[in-house]
Amino acid sequence: MLFGIEWDTSSNWAFAWSILPILVRGLWVTLQAAAVGFLLAALLGLILAAMKGARLRLIRWPAKLISEFLRDTPLLAQLFFLYYVLPDYGIVLHAFMTGALALGLQYSAYMSEVYRAGIEAVPRGQGDAARALDLTPARTFIDVVIPQAVPRIIPALGNYLVSITKDVPILSVVSILDMLGVAKIIGDRSFNYLVPLTLVGVLYLLLTLVSAALIRMLDRRLPKQGVPLR
Amino acid sequence: MHWIDYLPPLLQGARITIELTIYSTLLGALAAFTFGLGRGADCVPLRWISVAFIEVFRGTSLLVQLFWLYFALPVLGQWVGLDLRLPPMVAGVLALGLNIGAYGAEVVRGAVAAVPRSQHEAALALDFTPRQTLWRITLPQAIPEMMPSFGNLAVQNLKDTALVSLISLGDLAFRAEQIRNFTQDSTTVYTLLLLMYFGMALVLTALMRLLERLVGRWRGANAPQGG
Repeated sequence: MLFGIEWDTSSNWAFAWSILPILVRGLWVTLQAAAVGFLLAALLGLILAAMKGARLRLIRWPAKLISEFLRDTPLLAQLFFLYYVLPDYGIVLHAFMTGALALGLQYSAYMSEVYRAGIEAVPRGQGDAARALDLTPARTFIDVVIPQAVPRIIPALGNYLVSITKDVPILSVVSILDMLGVAKIIGDRSFNYLVPLTLVGVLYLLLTLVSAALIRMLDRRLPKQGVPLR
Repeated sequence: MHWIDYLPPLLQGARITIELTIYSTLLGALAAFTFGLGRGADCVPLRWISVAFIEVFRGTSLLVQLFWLYFALPVLGQWVGLDLRLPPMVAGVLALGLNIGAYGAEVVRGAVAAVPRSQHEAALALDFTPRQTLWRITLPQAIPEMMPSFGNLAVQNLKDTALVSLISLGDLAFRAEQIRNFTQDSTTVYTLLLLMYFGMALVLTALMRLLERLVGRWRGANAPQGG
């Protein structure tokens, strides 16, 4: 029994059917963790990208080092660091927030590259034309560069959202009851790991296939000439 | 305990991490070429198997795959009367290698598709067998294109090995957790852990760059001599 839901072990199909509502509860936690982690990564990535594009070396180099470090160390090690070290310095976060923060940090490094690549892909001539039209640098960035970078950035961010969702099971080690976390508990208690773990795999496969189709659709729908901000 | 005393057990763990990385990267490369080329093959069943392999291993989470191989497979074995209990090392190498191999297969497919059609037509005109075309025309041009992505995947694979600590294999992450449980000195242990992974990733990146340069010569060496 988990979350007050009993399971039926009379047959494998009955077992699968009876634990499905429990796994869906876990799936909901998975999606929440992925969403919060994604928002943190998108925001931190933007800050890192801005720092990496700075003219001052004193800002640019630390940003590059931090980004390289975040990208080259395992999520699990970062998670342990946040979970065990932060409380020693008086920063006590809920396990869920710690997990989301670890996801956000790890993926901020990847996302900063997405922003940078999206902005760099805007043709140089666009900036020259804006200067010829006497637009201020701020207006050029907001009204010319960003609208054209957005259609390139959005699908890439979507792919990272899917990657983040696939990394959420790692958070189960700090007692977050995501889909894999609940499947493991069901397995521990029923001695039948096969049914819950296979179901988790099938649910993940459905989730990623649907997301991939959505991202492809989004990619087709986004106007390549740019999305006006206002 | 001084931080120096943490190093011997951590290095012991690092050895397991390095072994796992090497074995699973090799298995991954094998899977990448098999299924990446299989996806573009003329034989329909081979193509379907390749697509299914790539979708399953890219579409589900690595930790789910690892747990499935380690916890669920023995249950399946019991039903059919086979002993499918895998040692943690084997389960780890299989899960890591097949997972990274599925990502690699997409890289292989992309690089092979990027070889100009005219190259195949020229090979056909020169009466090359399909096998000769693959080995002498397609792969020497496609492999250098794959190398930068393979470098990223190798580092990804190194990072992913940390997950095997969750099936009680004594790798670097596992040793760090043991030391922390014993000493409660979280800051030192986990800082060392992160730095060691960072160092290994930098070395691996340098090695992959070297390999990239080495393979990059193929294109030149295979170009027609004297025009």
